[in-house]
Amino acid sequence: MIEARGITKRFGEFVALDDVSVEVPTGSLTALLGPSGSGKSTLLRVIAGLERPDAGTVLLDGADVTGRPPQKRGVGFVFQHYAAFKHMTVRDNIAFGLKVRRRPRAEITKRVDELLELVQLKGLAKRYPAQLSGGQRQRMGLARALAVDPRVLLLDEPFGALDARVRKELRAWLRRLHDETHTTTVIVTHDQEEAMEVADRVVVMNAGHIEQAAPPRELYDSPANEFVMSFVGPVNRLGDAFIRPHDVELLLEPNGATQEAMVERLVHLGFEVRVELVRDDGEELSVQLTREQAEALELMQGQIVYVRPTRQTVFAPEA
Amino acid sequence: MGRYLLRFGALSYLAVLLLAPLGLVFYRAFEHGFWPAWHAVTSSDAVHAFKLTLVVAAIAVPANMIFGILCALAVVRYRVPGFGLVNALVDLPLALSPVVVGLSLLLLYGRNGWLQGHGVLFATPGMALATIFVSLPFVVREVVPVLREIGTEQEQAASTLGASGMQIFLRVTWPSIQWAVAYGVVLTMARALGEYGAVRVVSGNIIGHTETTTLFVYNRYNNFEAQGAYAASVLLALAAILTLLLMNRLRPKEETR
Amino acid sequence: MAARPEALPLPRVRPSGGAALTAGLSTAYLSLVVLLPMAALVWAAREHGSWRAVSSPQSVAALKLTVFISFAVAVVQAVAGTAVAWTLVRDRFPGQSVVNAVIDLPFALPTIVTSLTLLALYGPRSPVGVHAGFTRWAILLALLFVTLPFVVRTVQPVLVELDREMEEAAASLGASTLMTFRRVVLPNILPAVLSGVALAFARAVGEFGSVVLFSGNSPFKTEVASVYIFGRIESGDSAGAAAVSVVLLGISLAVLLGIGAIRRRATRHDG
Repeated sequence: MIEARGITKRFGEFVALDDVSVEVPTGSLTALLGPSGSGKSTLLRVIAGLERPDAGTVLLDGADVTGRPPQKRGVGFVFQHYAAFKHMTVRDNIAFGLKVRRRPRAEITKRVDELLELVQLKGLAKRYPAQLSGGQRQRMGLARALAVDPRVLLLDEPFGALDARVRKELRAWLRRLHDETHTTTVIVTHDQEEAMEVADRVVVMNAGHIEQAAPPRELYDSPANEFVMSFVGPVNRLGDAFIRPHDVELLLEPNGATQEAMVERLVHLGFEVRVELVRDDGEELSVQLTREQAEALELMQGQIVYVRPTRQTVFAPEA
Repeated sequence: MGRYLLRFGALSYLAVLLLAPLGLVFYRAFEHGFWPAWHAVTSSDAVHAFKLTLVVAAIAVPANMIFGILCALAVVRYRVPGFGLVNALVDLPLALSPVVVGLSLLLLYGRNGWLQGHGVLFATPGMALATIFVSLPFVVREVVPVLREIGTEQEQAASTLGASGMQIFLRVTWPSIQWAVAYGVVLTMARALGEYGAVRVVSGNIIGHTETTTLFVYNRYNNFEAQGAYAASVLLALAAILTLLLMNRLRPKEETR
Repeated sequence: MAARPEALPLPRVRPSGGAALTAGLSTAYLSLVVLLPMAALVWAAREHGSWRAVSSPQSVAALKLTVFISFAVAVVQAVAGTAVAWTLVRDRFPGQSVVNAVIDLPFALPTIVTSLTLLALYGPRSPVGVHAGFTRWAILLALLFVTLPFVVRTVQPVLVELDREMEEAAASLGASTLMTFRRVVLPNILPAVLSGVALAFARAVGEFGSVVLFSGNSPFKTEVASVYIFGRIESGDSAGAAAVSVVLLGISLAVLLGIGAIRRRATRHDG
């Protein structure tokens, strides 16, 4: 279990983390989600020991590790830009942690072979990082971090530098890996889709604070505030109310509870249709329908329709 | 802890090796007061030596600057064949002892040499040639990487817009390389002013006649006129410090963050 | 700069008069200034009887001394230069930019002035009681002085570019600072260190001006090759001088090629 209590970290004038406290349950896959500058990477690095906090403590399984250097924390770290040892082969990269611990040669070879198999880099053991693709380098990075059986695995935007298709593949692969190994894992990402898809628990961060920490479903259905709601999914704002695009009913006839609106644009996104509307009071509204619903309504640009939110959220004003 | 040790070690190494000796030269020069030092460097021999140094530098630096630009262009843009040989020849002065440089000139222009006579040796032309030889590489070596890095696209764009070769050079190429050239010129100048060994061999070291400032320092010291030697050294050291300042200003890449 | 498709053969720029002129002028200049004198040197070395100078005991002693001390100097600079470069790049202290500028002093200062200053500080009238003048230590000091910038300046840019995350990764995997330096940093800066070493060695082997006043130049004891060659010239034996010069040059080139080969081996992992 990872516990961070009251962590504050400043870089010159800039406050990256402001009295942040978070708990990561043992065996879970937790995502730190937030925009750039929210402090999520900094928090991860503080947990790893790559940054020293100005205040606060870090506990791993109950032990206070705040003063310990990264070498002594038993964490595995995976970097966004791979941090591959470019002068070593793939095999030597993966073996590094074991060699540093002076494990016997036979053990190292066996373990590296297992990991090469696990990350599907079997035929590439003798290559150098410069000869691998981005996705392959990152799998090597993961294997390298896992080689020493860390009790905690920390990933800093691990798929950020890869293109979309590879990102999705590795994301799914990471989740499967976690389901097998159950290592306590923390992943930092700015991609809400990634966080929601992969994690058991998501910690939403903003400007050095934690906005909410909850399982993905809860974040989506019961967001703590405006920021969280807007960040984890698309949202319409009408006055004080926040409405999800799929929580709007679209009718062809008014029924007393609806409001008039005009279809400005129809965007066909394969299986979904996004209808961009303007209400008669000038407010813009974005509604998401399934293809069947859209076809049933026979929507056209310029058409007048009637809308009614089926669900909306209003947040208490911040004190 | 280790960091402080390293810092201390590195700085001490530098202080002992570089700064202490230099400080002492300034001290020795003015040990007996300002005026003796002043007299030493304003004697007619001294002034002649300074003039000669400047004349030789005034020949060597522009020549190497122009050559440097032309050679860099030839090698990077026009892809002259025999690039490897040119590269080796340009770098050769860095690997040659100055005495050997002087010797090669003696052999070429001396008795029985292929280009004998012509009043080259033991005179200014010979000294200029020697100085050109030893300060040859600097402008080339600074300009070549810059030319490589900026690539040919801008020049190609200019030519599609109708610019002639000379116009392209003046308006497109030159602005990109001018600071590299400036830096190279500073290095060339420093080398030219400070050359000793090659010039000594080629000039015959005739006092009052083919004696440059560096030779002046040596001769005064050998004649037990240490004061004069130190005084002239102070001038050369000041020139060196000026060079350092210019180098620092014009340095092409960031070498510390 | 984004990576250029360097593999694409650049079409020869239209063979204009300008290109030919540039190439022609450069070649002529290079021939006159460098090639011809070197040819004359090699030619003179072939003269009958020049071998006597090369094989004389005094010459052999001078060559041995020169190569040995230059090698020692190169090794010291490899370590010290790297340490200085590290301090300049990774550390932060007041006056750092001044120190950085001062590194180039040995390059900017005329060699004869170097000789004089070292003599002033470590010679017979030394204010600090160190009397290294006219000994082999004098040669070592002088050569350390003039070769100081080489390794520092070749290593600095590489250290600046080095991916710090590699070091962080090593730390997270359990490597101590020393281990990280040895296994991660050093292999990546080694080519730069070797380049600097090559430059330092080449300079040290031929150094004349900074040694001539300070070392006493006594044959078999403190006479370096360049001083010996100078002596041969003064004695009128230019052929002998040329022969020894060619041998010295040959040794330099052999060492430089060797260092170049090691360097290539060290960078074989680059894509």
